[in-house]
Amino acid sequence: MTGLRYVYAVCRPFGAPLQTALKGVAGDPPRLLSHHGLIAVVSHVPEGDFAEAPLRRHLEDLDWLTETARAHQQVIDALTAVTTPLPLRLATVFRDDSGVRVMMEEREADFLRTLDRLEGRVEWGVKVYLEREPAAPAETAKPASGRDYLRQRRMQSSAREDSRQRAERFAARLHATLSAHADGARLHAPQNSALSKAPGQNVLNAAYLVPRTQSEEFVELVDRTKGEEPGMRIELTGPWAAYSFVEEAADPSSAGDSSPSAPSAGADVGEGAS
Amino acid sequence: MTVVERREVALVDLLDRLLAGGVVITGDITLRIADVDLVRIDLNALISSVNEQVPSPWGESP
Repeated sequence: MTGLRYVYAVCRPFGAPLQTALKGVAGDPPRLLSHHGLIAVVSHVPEGDFAEAPLRRHLEDLDWLTETARAHQQVIDALTAVTTPLPLRLATVFRDDSGVRVMMEEREADFLRTLDRLEGRVEWGVKVYLEREPAAPAETAKPASGRDYLRQRRMQSSAREDSRQRAERFAARLHATLSAHADGARLHAPQNSALSKAPGQNVLNAAYLVPRTQSEEFVELVDRTKGEEPGMRIELTGPWAAYSFVEEAADPSSAGDSSPSAPSAGADVGEGAS
Repeated sequence: MTVVERREVALVDLLDRLLAGGVVITGDITLRIADVDLVRIDLNALISSVNEQVPSPWGESP
């Protein structure tokens, strides 16, 4: 009776049981709440931590956020092993089961449509980093004059600029290739290295929606690009539940080639109109 | 899927998905975790003790 309801995901009914030892957010094993043809996966969580004020405070606490995010992910992972879940955003909380049911009722058509679109698909994450190159030994020589110093600085900064452009071209090419082998693609913001602790500069942080049956092929495709371009590091993560593809907009045609076609009339007209 | 060695998922990769992905539903309690920019989480969660002026990434509650 007491406690709030934390909802991880919505899915269609599935036959296989979840792992019995599975613990969710706040240590409460996830329960299945079914309504019509859908199931919400729910934990009971204490009001002391998940009511609005404490939740707001907690979300700014990196340790709490980490623990909660991992617990959420574990449940989603377990679901992904037995079905195609529609994952909800972190910290979606309701007062009680009936609140969850009302939500399911309201969004039913949406959920069913999205579940159909995602059925049998998983998400793969691909990141490209530009490795920090070691300082060129010739450049570490002490400059003989102010002019030398400025020249060295110019060369260094133009070398940096070159490798950044090269990295961007490589990332764009890779993204186009991978998008062509995926049912959907989405670009996340490049990760801040202070937070990720990953060496190098993150120039591509993308997610691809791929049918399970084609995942092995996709992974091999990514693996083949590793080492293709010196100075670039490629990281693959997954398979994830399709977190990045719960919205309609994320389809491959909008991810790669469709630059917005702004009205281009006027560029070369009106020449002699005076 | 044995092709990929399963390492522990990095927190940033997880947050990219849990805070910027997933279905957004206004629950009874849900704070509006708008499309959160990890830079701001970074600032907020990691160095909020240094600088209290950083705007909160969490939207105002309804």
